[in-house]
Amino acid sequence: MPGLDDLYKEIILDHYRNPRNQGELDSPPAHRTEGFNPLCGDEVTVTFEISDNSLSEVRIAGHGCSISQASASMMSAAVKGKSIDEVREVTRQFKAMMSIHEEEIGSEASEQTSEEVFELGDLEALKGVVKFPVRIKCATLSWNALLTGLGEVEG
Amino acid sequence: MSLPRNIKEQFPLLSQVVNGHQIVYLDSAASSQKPAAVIEAMNDYYRTINANVHRGAYEIAAQATEAMESSRARIAKFIGASSANEVVFTKNATESFNLVARSWGGQNLSHGDAVLITDMEHHANIVPWQILSAERGFEIRWMPLTPDGQLDLTSLDQLLDGVKMVSLTAMSNVLGTLNPVREIADRAHEVGALVTVDASQYVPHLPTDVEDLGADLMCFTGHKMCGPTGIGVLWGHEELLDSMPPFLGGGEMIVDVRKDGFTANEIPHKFEAGTPPIAEIIGLGAAVEFLESLGMADIRQHEIQLTKYAMNALNNRYGEELTIHGPRDPDQRGGVLSIEYRDVHPHDLSQVLDQRGICIRAGHHCAKPLMKLLGVGATSRASMYLYNDESDIDALVDALEPAGEMFAL
Repeated sequence: MPGLDDLYKEIILDHYRNPRNQGELDSPPAHRTEGFNPLCGDEVTVTFEISDNSLSEVRIAGHGCSISQASASMMSAAVKGKSIDEVREVTRQFKAMMSIHEEEIGSEASEQTSEEVFELGDLEALKGVVKFPVRIKCATLSWNALLTGLGEVEG
Repeated sequence: MSLPRNIKEQFPLLSQVVNGHQIVYLDSAASSQKPAAVIEAMNDYYRTINANVHRGAYEIAAQATEAMESSRARIAKFIGASSANEVVFTKNATESFNLVARSWGGQNLSHGDAVLITDMEHHANIVPWQILSAERGFEIRWMPLTPDGQLDLTSLDQLLDGVKMVSLTAMSNVLGTLNPVREIADRAHEVGALVTVDASQYVPHLPTDVEDLGADLMCFTGHKMCGPTGIGVLWGHEELLDSMPPFLGGGEMIVDVRKDGFTANEIPHKFEAGTPPIAEIIGLGAAVEFLESLGMADIRQHEIQLTKYAMNALNNRYGEELTIHGPRDPDQRGGVLSIEYRDVHPHDLSQVLDQRGICIRAGHHCAKPLMKLLGVGATSRASMYLYNDESDIDALVDALEPAGEMFAL
């Protein structure tokens, strides 16, 4: 039986208490996208700027539980300054980590991702969330919002 | 006068152990637990008389029909209806509201009309009107709230001007507020408006009489009143239901079908297309029998006492660190306590409580417009029922503090 320690790692609580890249960039020029968790009412606003095909700036606003807030904070730290392709790759890996059906869909694919160039680093701390399936949506809220925003930018 | 002390023993689930603790179930506003009598009634149906109703001439089909229709009669009596024909079975309260909006609203609402709802409604009493309004262009008005979570009636006359339907909850699923339904209904009737009551949180907890409430239509659900899921009720005055067109079409709701059209069945069957949820109807009948055996007045008294105990215990222990939304007087509210505690997000609070086997609800409780007014995205909601006692409240009160330490900012 998973315990609270599996979910609330110290680094998660640190990001929750001291969220990185908080606030909103002026939009425009920044791109602005919102995410909603219809189950619990959590809301996140991601604003970001792209220059030279990189995510040069990102800010997070909104309200939510420690998991959604920490995940958004960790995301902002992980993607800031990365090229768009790298951002997409980190996002893909993170979402794969958050998938409870990952092993069923094909363990080969997940083995490959562990060899990828990008280290998830701090984000690995969120791995415990998959043991609490109702919380997965909390962890992926800001990532989905960012993906939506990138999709809008690329038309 | 009071409920049996060992009432929990009649609810098999309440003896379950969750995360190493005997379950403390404080989420009855979302769904109640079921007594053994209800589970057995549904089992018995499947084991002994399972057959489709209103069709077969054989013995068990006749028995199934009789069991279903006697449930209907029992439910009708339980809410003070003057005839069993006034009880329409639906899937849940949400479907009841959709039936009212689609059938009555589709016939009676168009551009220039208005429907008055309140700021404390459940989405089930908001969205069906919004869907219809988008098609037919009538106005939806909102009755505001006072700071302590009561309906603010000061502008009711203006709000009622031009209104054809007032649709409001008898008890808020977030604030616990018991609304003055009769007073509002009387004033609505004076201007020729009808009144639909959302009694999903009311029928399970208080003695209910549709005539006393002044309702024209009333929606409630089975699973919050010790009954199964998948069964709800729409009650309406016979003449009103007669005047309303069918909602869903199909078998059971017709007396004749020709290539050039159909003739609708009598009420209540006119609104019950297809094979009904027979076991669930029988289960709801058994739930009503169970509630009657305890006495609704005693259930209400038990919940007032327990609400008083809970509010005192929470306020005494946590003072300024904790806010309970809604009315302060336990006599004027139900046993639904939406709590804000320090800076702990409801999701995190319920997760920590779950480790002690305590079940509370975290979220917007399907009342997002109200959440916005309260200035929160979500609340932690502990809600009580006849089977809860002081030990459940003590467990809740004790569990808050460690959660507060863990998430201190």
